[in-house]
Amino acid sequence: MTAATNTKRNLVTAALVAPAAAWLMIFLVLPFIAMLVFAFGERAPEGGYQAAFTFAQFANLPTRAAAFWNTLILAPVGALACLLIAYPVAYYLAVKANPRYRLILVSLVVVPFWTSLLVRTYAWMYILGSRGIPNLLSMIGIEDVRMLNTPGAVLLGIVYGYLPLMIMPIYVSLEKLDRRLLEASADLGAKPVSTFFGVTLPLSLPGVMTGVALVTILLLGEYLIPQLLGGGKVFFIGNALVDLFLQSRNWPFGSAIAVTLVAVVVVILMVAMRIAFRVAGTRQVDLV
Amino acid sequence: MSKWYRENAPITADQLADELMRLKRGSVTRRHFLGVTGLGLATAVLARQPGLFNSTAFAGDLGTQMSIATWPNYHDPATFEAFQAATGVAVEVNVFGSNEEMLAKLQAGGTGWDLFVPTNYTISTYVKLGLIDELDMSKLPNYDAATETARFTNEGTVDGKTYAVPKNWGTTGIALNSSKIKKPVTSWKDFFEIAMTEADGRAMVHDYQLTTIGNALVSLGYSFNSIKPDELAKAEELLIKVKPHLYAINSDYQPSMRATDAWMTMCWTNDGAQLNRDMPEIQFVLGKDGGEIWSDFYAIPKSAANKAAGYALLNYLMAPENAMKEHIANGAPTTDSRVMKLLPADVTGNKIVYPDEASLTPLEFGAAVTLTDPGRAELMARFKSA
Repeated sequence: MTAATNTKRNLVTAALVAPAAAWLMIFLVLPFIAMLVFAFGERAPEGGYQAAFTFAQFANLPTRAAAFWNTLILAPVGALACLLIAYPVAYYLAVKANPRYRLILVSLVVVPFWTSLLVRTYAWMYILGSRGIPNLLSMIGIEDVRMLNTPGAVLLGIVYGYLPLMIMPIYVSLEKLDRRLLEASADLGAKPVSTFFGVTLPLSLPGVMTGVALVTILLLGEYLIPQLLGGGKVFFIGNALVDLFLQSRNWPFGSAIAVTLVAVVVVILMVAMRIAFRVAGTRQVDLV
Repeated sequence: MSKWYRENAPITADQLADELMRLKRGSVTRRHFLGVTGLGLATAVLARQPGLFNSTAFAGDLGTQMSIATWPNYHDPATFEAFQAATGVAVEVNVFGSNEEMLAKLQAGGTGWDLFVPTNYTISTYVKLGLIDELDMSKLPNYDAATETARFTNEGTVDGKTYAVPKNWGTTGIALNSSKIKKPVTSWKDFFEIAMTEADGRAMVHDYQLTTIGNALVSLGYSFNSIKPDELAKAEELLIKVKPHLYAINSDYQPSMRATDAWMTMCWTNDGAQLNRDMPEIQFVLGKDGGEIWSDFYAIPKSAANKAAGYALLNYLMAPENAMKEHIANGAPTTDSRVMKLLPADVTGNKIVYPDEASLTPLEFGAAVTLTDPGRAELMARFKSA
């Protein structure tokens, strides 16, 4: 290979990478740097940001302990709830369903994504509100049941909203499953249950890990569902951020919380990848 | 009514709920609903209708669209439709829950609003921060300072210059569903007590520090505008004690009150009048221990992209016959005696809209300092994250 073709190849690579690199710089790296700068600043008297170098914002983090705590509980609980429902669905779609209808069934999982989550969450507000399920209950004599604006409503909204994100990666990993392995397992005398736990489940774990990481990370930033189905009372980091930027106008503190949240996400992502690699015994895990 | 959407900013959650409720009540047409929610635009794009984005022909220098930032349930949609019919300018409506949120958006820049509706106590701060223009009164021939009530309008003028002209005034009282709550509620002290007992899980407070903290202060016997740390600490204690009993912290309470999910809420005059008009069992009372009296203004942001249209709409809204229709629809009292003369007797005789002078006596106007006081901002944030 000559030096000239080498240079040409490098130029082509650079040209192909450039748009993505520019995108990342402009929309990810630069805003993050701005956020870091804000995080060490002060709230201006009328709100916003004024230059300073202080750790006061980070020292103030404990005042949002409840929001951090709620979020750090919600994210894994929400992801686990999604997983418990998603796995059987994905298994059915990938293994049991008639291949003829598989595409239709998979589309049914994806179709809700064509509508904004906001609109779908409003539908839940109606279903859980007095004119929805509580109204039906009152017809059979159960009066004044309150469903909307409860932690249960928030969890329901979250499972509903994030379920497809859990189903799809698990479905993909189960679909790639080599059926001959299942036959081999059966030939060697394993019962279906042992085949599932010995073969199917381990081989689908990369998909499970991808789904869990995807849902957990997105849940860490969730604020819409708690706001709408929790009545603004169930408070997560996302809500604290919206509040600090839009009401208290305390940009430095908001930035400090956001930086801390990013740090938490990075740690979770690294741990998840480590576990995924170990479980899968390979470095070819498509994580997120 | 077509709408223009900037990037990822479609209708807000509050707006959508508001429009859905109105559609359900039948107070807007399906066409209007599709228009303001963007669903109509989406349909139009899918149908590849020609000429969707180029209806400029007759609009002249006003452009084809403008944006107003205002409060929930605050305008008659027919007003903007009529304005569009007259000028060709479509009005995009952005709905907010607090003045703090409006200020935050203006401070961050690039709001795209050509007109907005700040409350009396915020205007001096907007002037100080250089966020609003002094109004060019020559562009507002329909406004007449001589027919305005000074008590409600003087905060629009700073250092002798007019920065804002009044929309209407009102109060912040208590709306309660009398078919659900039997105990009498006559004060903010009652409000917080009932919220923890008879209306447990059914009461709402605003997602707004001025009124939520202010009314908690009033219920404890302090000033609505207090920024004294010890008094704020007492108010915080009360709010955090009440929080587990609340139905929601939300400034857009009409949908919940109409669905009877909520039975009692902090409530502005106009919402109180609208709720009572449609559901007579919902009553509106003023705290005998105090609370807020306010006036809302129209102002033009310095950053407005289409000031010509901002002035045009403002002038349109200042015409007494247009303002009269707005007032009948929105239910808030007018500051303008010309409008007062045009209003029908059932509006001017409505005690929710025009209460006795005596019941207004204990009420206080919001003070400028409460908008920027970090103590109140942080209290509200702690209350919500508790």
